[in-house]
Amino acid sequence: MDRPIRVLVAKPGLDGHDRGAKVIARALRDAGMEVIYTGLRQTAEQIVNAAIQEDVDCVAMSILSGAHNTLLPKVVELLREEQAEDILVIGGGVIPGEDIPYLKEKGIKEIFTPGTPTQVTIDFIKANVNIK
Amino acid sequence: MDIAERLLKHDKRAAARLISMVENKDPEGLKILQNLYSHSGKAYVVGITGPPGAGKSTLTDKLAKALRKEGKEIAIIAVDPTSPFTGGAILGDRVRMNDLSTDKGVFIRSMGARGHLGGISEATSAAVKILDIYGVDYIFIETVGVGQSEIDIVKNCDTTLMVMVPGLGDDIQAIKAGVMEIGDVFAVNKADRDGASRTAREIEMMLDFNKNVAWRPPVKMVVAVENQGVDQLLESIMAHKDHLMSTGGFELKRQLNAKSEVVEMIKERIEHAILDNSHNEVALEQYAKQIVSRELDPFTVVENLFDNYKSAVSIK
Repeated sequence: MDRPIRVLVAKPGLDGHDRGAKVIARALRDAGMEVIYTGLRQTAEQIVNAAIQEDVDCVAMSILSGAHNTLLPKVVELLREEQAEDILVIGGGVIPGEDIPYLKEKGIKEIFTPGTPTQVTIDFIKANVNIK
Repeated sequence: MDIAERLLKHDKRAAARLISMVENKDPEGLKILQNLYSHSGKAYVVGITGPPGAGKSTLTDKLAKALRKEGKEIAIIAVDPTSPFTGGAILGDRVRMNDLSTDKGVFIRSMGARGHLGGISEATSAAVKILDIYGVDYIFIETVGVGQSEIDIVKNCDTTLMVMVPGLGDDIQAIKAGVMEIGDVFAVNKADRDGASRTAREIEMMLDFNKNVAWRPPVKMVVAVENQGVDQLLESIMAHKDHLMSTGGFELKRQLNAKSEVVEMIKERIEHAILDNSHNEVALEQYAKQIVSRELDPFTVVENLFDNYKSAVSIK
């Protein structure tokens, strides 16, 4: 069906700024997606509730604080509890390479580290969302 | 359980999914809504409109919280503009409503206007019905930031709240036709700023021109971020609700809304039918070229397209 992909761009945890998330949000917008932007300091519960109410195809989280190993899997887990595991979950931000396999094992489908061209993220979302 | 049953059982995901289906013009979604339509009509609908940056989202957040204290369930539909170039959108109204996202009694849905110019999207009206069936007491519709003539909101709600801020223009702006005429209740937000009382006075003056009206819209000063004046504003909204209920205005307003909803849907349908029938973009581009070079005029083009459509329909 020809319709815009809906993406929730969220900032879990206690990061002080959301420059990167806004750049991504803008890039996804320019790629024709509807981006629901929720701002800073989101809990996993807030992110999951928003994802459900907004019926998004993808949750894209940006995190700089170092709490990724806790917060990102928590979101996947809560989505599963809501039977919303069909939503694509991806992450980005300052995430050390050695943590990536763990995050992927926990259900985060891809991690985009600093320097990734936005087009790579766009293509990944387009190729991997579960369009109902 | 299918979506319809789940929606009647107050299932959030079913509501969310059905809104998407209708928004994407999925015929199955429309069918479900058609079947359940008789279950809608119970929620009271408040439209919140005003210029960009006036504080509509923040005020919606505060009004919703005030109603939550009374135990009411709330749904919020927040519309933001869609890019005319890419079809993409940044829907950012939730940023001002973060505390509400974990409240089980609140459902927030962001919608892109998707090419619709009246301040809300084509599917907003259907989304209202879906959330009504889902089961809430109040539905707030927050429009795109409006300019002077986006007044579709008034046809989709029971009470229209117009949010103004100081410093946007002189009193001539207040007496122009358009958005200033549709408010049932006015809020002057950011009332701690210079010029707020003057803005309020100008609105009052504009309202005083309308003699012999059954309802004289109140003008309330608020500072949404500080939660000042919100309870009084809510009282004014409730007073308007009571007024509609006690005068029979409510039935009348809903009938007017239903009428314009039907007219809107007919317009959309005819537009789609004619444009689909004329084989769309390519034909239109061809016509556009001929209009610019003055081989044709737009009036004749419309005549032709209509005739083509009519003969296509009669063949069927």
